[in-house]
Amino acid sequence: MMQNKDIKRLSLYLLFAPFALWIILLVILPHIGMVVLSLKEKIAPRVYEYSFANYLEFLNEPIYWNTLLRTGSMSLLVTALALLIGFPIAYYIAKIAGPRSRGGLFLLCLIPLWVSDLIRAFGWILLLRETGVISNFLLWTGLIGEPVEFLYNDVAVIVGLTYTVILFMIVPLVSTLDGMDNAMIEAGYNLGGSGFTVLRRIIIPYAMPGIVAGCIVTFMLTAGSYLTPILLGGKNSSWFTEQIYNQFITRFNWEGGAAFGMLLLFFTSLVIWLGLKLSGQTLANTVAKS
Amino acid sequence: MHFKTTLAGLLAATMLAGAGSAQAETLRLLTWGSYAPDELIEKFEAEYPDIDVEVTFSNNEEMIAKLRATGGAGFDLAQPSHDRIYAAQLEYDIYKPLDLSKIDTSVMEAKLLDGVKENTTIEGEVYAVPHQWGTSGLMADKTKAPDLKSWADLCNPAYEGKTSMRLKRTILLGTAFSMGEDPFAAYSDLDKYQGILDKVAEKLIECKGNIKAYWKGGDDLSAMMLSGEIVGSETWDSTAYKLFDQNKNIVFVPPKEGALAWIDTFALPRKAKADDAAYKWINFVLRPENVTLMSASTGAIAAVKGGQDLLPEDKKAAVNAAFTAEDIDNLKFFANIPPGVEDMEGKTLEKIKAATGG
Repeated sequence: MMQNKDIKRLSLYLLFAPFALWIILLVILPHIGMVVLSLKEKIAPRVYEYSFANYLEFLNEPIYWNTLLRTGSMSLLVTALALLIGFPIAYYIAKIAGPRSRGGLFLLCLIPLWVSDLIRAFGWILLLRETGVISNFLLWTGLIGEPVEFLYNDVAVIVGLTYTVILFMIVPLVSTLDGMDNAMIEAGYNLGGSGFTVLRRIIIPYAMPGIVAGCIVTFMLTAGSYLTPILLGGKNSSWFTEQIYNQFITRFNWEGGAAFGMLLLFFTSLVIWLGLKLSGQTLANTVAKS
Repeated sequence: MHFKTTLAGLLAATMLAGAGSAQAETLRLLTWGSYAPDELIEKFEAEYPDIDVEVTFSNNEEMIAKLRATGGAGFDLAQPSHDRIYAAQLEYDIYKPLDLSKIDTSVMEAKLLDGVKENTTIEGEVYAVPHQWGTSGLMADKTKAPDLKSWADLCNPAYEGKTSMRLKRTILLGTAFSMGEDPFAAYSDLDKYQGILDKVAEKLIECKGNIKAYWKGGDDLSAMMLSGEIVGSETWDSTAYKLFDQNKNIVFVPPKEGALAWIDTFALPRKAKADDAAYKWINFVLRPENVTLMSASTGAIAAVKGGQDLLPEDKKAAVNAAFTAEDIDNLKFFANIPPGVEDMEGKTLEKIKAATGG
């Protein structure tokens, strides 16, 4: 009897160990390291002192917080676009498509993820550049008189990012909508609701956990992305992750880079907290559920 | 008893493994893309069958960042540019001194060797020797931008929306020279240098409207140039030489202020574990027959005597199309970067990138 209990406890520990190691070694320790690093200030070569100088530098330099606000607002825009485009797709897959085509449609959404971010960004470059596919096609149709540059601007960045993250919006939406009983929609119509009323009063409230989960994931991915904004962005398109890279690599300023990293984490967490408050949801019934 | 035999077995196994690793040594190179062509690695491993070569491709900033992260461990030979040794060593202690007796310095071009030694000597110890050199300058399509001769011409309204540059320190320095300043001389007086940087930033922000996009690597620059989307750009000479191969109208143009010359070096990371193999690699790649193979891959000129004659034919043609003897005399070698300058330059670059003017 005693032995049995020990075995149970042992297997519990063993099951728990990978999770605990993951959290401690790969999440908590590196973040502690980042916090410590971000609180150091370089006084002279190889001489450092603890201070808040790196955070003050962020506040005193409009370039930095402007870039952070810009990154945040563009990420929100991408999230909204992903929701607007992703919701009808998810609804079609979950509710309208037949059981057999459902798997195929889902797969079609997944396929772009089989190649890396980098390749997808290069795909967009080939399409959008001045001598690229779209510009040449429009020339051929005679709609434009001379080549047009679609690349190297904020619109290209938003399009590229939306394309990259939309899947992370569709998946939680499909799984939430899937669990919704069709009878609820029917009942809505039977009681005289218009299509819009049914959507607003029945479908959206039901899908709210999925919507919030999808928004959180896409927002985090967008705000933290590096390749797409760098490759598709133009001469004025700064992204905050680029600032972090510059601090670490170009300026050899790891202390500043660590502070910026923590600021990005605080900022995105704050936005998500606000979003949850405004939508009346909690993490437990959104991300954790789907 | 049983335990003892196990222990003895383990010990024997460890010793064997130790002996094994001494026999099959690994040389971990940290270098630039194309600086370790497969052909040369195979040749080297055939000559030294007990050495395995592992290559990591990188650039100046990332090399220093990688070595800084580990205190100089993880690699056995690094190839930063000559101006990236002194300050990096003072600040982060990531290199160790070279044993010059193990390197055949007699084959090296004396002027380059002395220059690198002078730039990388700390407390009497030499930290780097030259490998290859090349320049940063301009590239132009002769038929469309025949008058692109100066760094400042990238901002010439005649080429509006048709030029490019990389938003890194090279363009800051080039622009400073084109405004009649000598940024290298100002390195000793950082306040003065900040003044120059501010002027340069103003000029480059004004110039933004003229630029199509900032290029980030050789690939996007090549694509823009070959497709004709741009007619001129700031460039590495090797990229221009590669394009010259495909389109004879695209030539490297040494700016009239002088092309900026860099020398990539050999340096030992502080915790390197295969110094002998590293010295063997250095001497190996500096042999004349290997120099040609290397230059064919990199497009840069080896820092050996007669390095220019050892270029493969196509590269020789490209260099001759670009440089006159006068241009070579006019080269401006990158001066040692004193501590703190990278931060000042980095901040200036951020300011230019973030400015919405133009």
